[in-house]
Amino acid sequence: MEKPIKSEPLATGLNQPNIHKTALFFKRLLQQKTLAFMCIPFVLWAFVFKYMPLWGWTMAFQKFKASRTFAEQEWVGWQHFQFLFSDNSFYRVLRNTIVMSSIKLVLGFVTAITLALLLNELKNIVFKRFVQTVSYLPHFISWVVASSIVLTVLSPDGIVNLLLTKLGILDNPVLWMSKGHYFWGILGATEVWKEVGWNTIIYLAAITAIDPSQYEAAEIDGANRLQRMLSITLPGLKPVIIILLIMNMGHILESGFEAQYLLGNGMNQDYSENLDIFVLKYGIGMGNFSLGTAAGIFKTVVSFFFLFSANYMAKRMGESRLF
Amino acid sequence: MLALKKSRLRRRSLGDRLFDYGNIVFMIGLMIVTIYPFVNMIAVSFNDANDAVRGGIYLWPRLWTLDNYSYIFGESDIYHATLISFLRTVLGTIVSVFCTAMLAFTISRQEFVLRKAVTMFFVFTMYFSGGLIPTYLLIRDLGLINSFWVYIFPGIIGVFNMIVIRSFIEGLPDGILESARIDGAGEFTTFVRVVLPLTIPAMATVSLFVAVGQWNSWFDVFLYNSSNIKLSTLQYELMKILQTSTTAATASAGDIYQSQGGSGTSVTPTSIRATMTIIASVPILMVYPFVQRYFVQGMTLGGVKG
Repeated sequence: MEKPIKSEPLATGLNQPNIHKTALFFKRLLQQKTLAFMCIPFVLWAFVFKYMPLWGWTMAFQKFKASRTFAEQEWVGWQHFQFLFSDNSFYRVLRNTIVMSSIKLVLGFVTAITLALLLNELKNIVFKRFVQTVSYLPHFISWVVASSIVLTVLSPDGIVNLLLTKLGILDNPVLWMSKGHYFWGILGATEVWKEVGWNTIIYLAAITAIDPSQYEAAEIDGANRLQRMLSITLPGLKPVIIILLIMNMGHILESGFEAQYLLGNGMNQDYSENLDIFVLKYGIGMGNFSLGTAAGIFKTVVSFFFLFSANYMAKRMGESRLF
Repeated sequence: MLALKKSRLRRRSLGDRLFDYGNIVFMIGLMIVTIYPFVNMIAVSFNDANDAVRGGIYLWPRLWTLDNYSYIFGESDIYHATLISFLRTVLGTIVSVFCTAMLAFTISRQEFVLRKAVTMFFVFTMYFSGGLIPTYLLIRDLGLINSFWVYIFPGIIGVFNMIVIRSFIEGLPDGILESARIDGAGEFTTFVRVVLPLTIPAMATVSLFVAVGQWNSWFDVFLYNSSNIKLSTLQYELMKILQTSTTAATASAGDIYQSQGGSGTSVTPTSIRATMTIIASVPILMVYPFVQRYFVQGMTLGGVKG
């Protein structure tokens, strides 16, 4: 009984400046009311459009029927998750997601770094600018347009089949889009075609930070071009490469959606369907909101875990943190 | 030292020069691979449709015609979709950039008591989202399905753009905002009259990204407005053509379009698709060379992390 009595004056003593602080806060807020009015509408917007959907996660634990109110929904616990993990098509979709994002990651890195190194070796600045301008272009066109281009280029009488048959590599034109096992390759190549130029920007910016005297020293020591590229430029890019690599590891379940959806068809769906398409198909297409939400939650939670691990790794390695 | 360097340069080895030539050839190859598909599409779109079926059109049309374009713009649906595409791009960009800049301005003010809380509130949304289905149901409950506003409202604030503009405002000289305040300008006046004109470089970049995003998007049309042709956009119309032609290509049900085009005018699925592809990318192809440097600037602006 003694203790609480004793601590009472202490507590009020602590409370006093707190009250003061709150009063001060509101006083300052009142002074800054124009600023507050300028941002509160957007805070409300974010609450509605970004935070309220999080409430929808409850659907994954219900047998959700849109006609019922929240109180009337039937709760089913982890049933939808159990169904997911016993469903073979879910594992296939998961495999496709991870394989496609890995292909994207590795191919994207290798090609962008190589192109940046080669662009850096161009001596004619005007030519270099021109190549850069051209190579950034596909980044800005929509995936719909890009897919249309891919379908044209890979059609039976398209340029790829034409070149391959003329060169004698193929005897007959191949129906590229109807053979499932080509899909990952096609997607990887498309991704490179669209993004490689744009992805060089960050590397080229990092290259300009490399001390030019290193190159002069190496030149005097008789290092040739390739040696200079591999032992000065590439190591100079190491910090950027590491940070981007870690950052992208956090997106391992983000294999993209548009390309797979637009290029996918009945013949290659065993290879093209990823998690996002799965969610769309079950959730919107078949109206199974609960199952779709469960798959979506799985993706968000795993991604969040990867992102945090990536951030932690970056911190441990002494690189600047991402957030 | 200089002489040594010069003599080294003059005696460039054979390997060195071979590397340079090889590199240039590679770059030209890269440019061809990048540009060829567009050139080919343009050629097919300006070529007579029935003639194009014979194949063999690569860089230049064989039989020049404008029929494909006049056919497509003769379709009132496509004409309307073009208008909607332009409208959502213009309106969406203006609204989003203005609102994002206003929000960025408030959280750039060091003395603002809500600064930290508001910033965190928005940054959190970059890493967590409700996902497709909860968002879809929300939009449905808000009554935004079958409405033009679904193209504008959900994208009012771009959090990444907010950070970019905030960094830019914070980089402005301190005295400017101070002197505006001494002159008696309120916060909103300061924002509109002083901050907006000074952040034009950042705003230009952000606007371009938002505009490209608006022009290129089709998924929101597909998800929310696919039942209403009056709200369709160019990208979505092209997407529909794409979907029929993938089925046609794989299931060899080639005459889906033939029947449509067979009524008088001579168009084929191939020419329609090529023409639509060009129409859907023409604003970007036209504007891109002139604004390209702003995009690259944006990348470096974005490097300034929150």
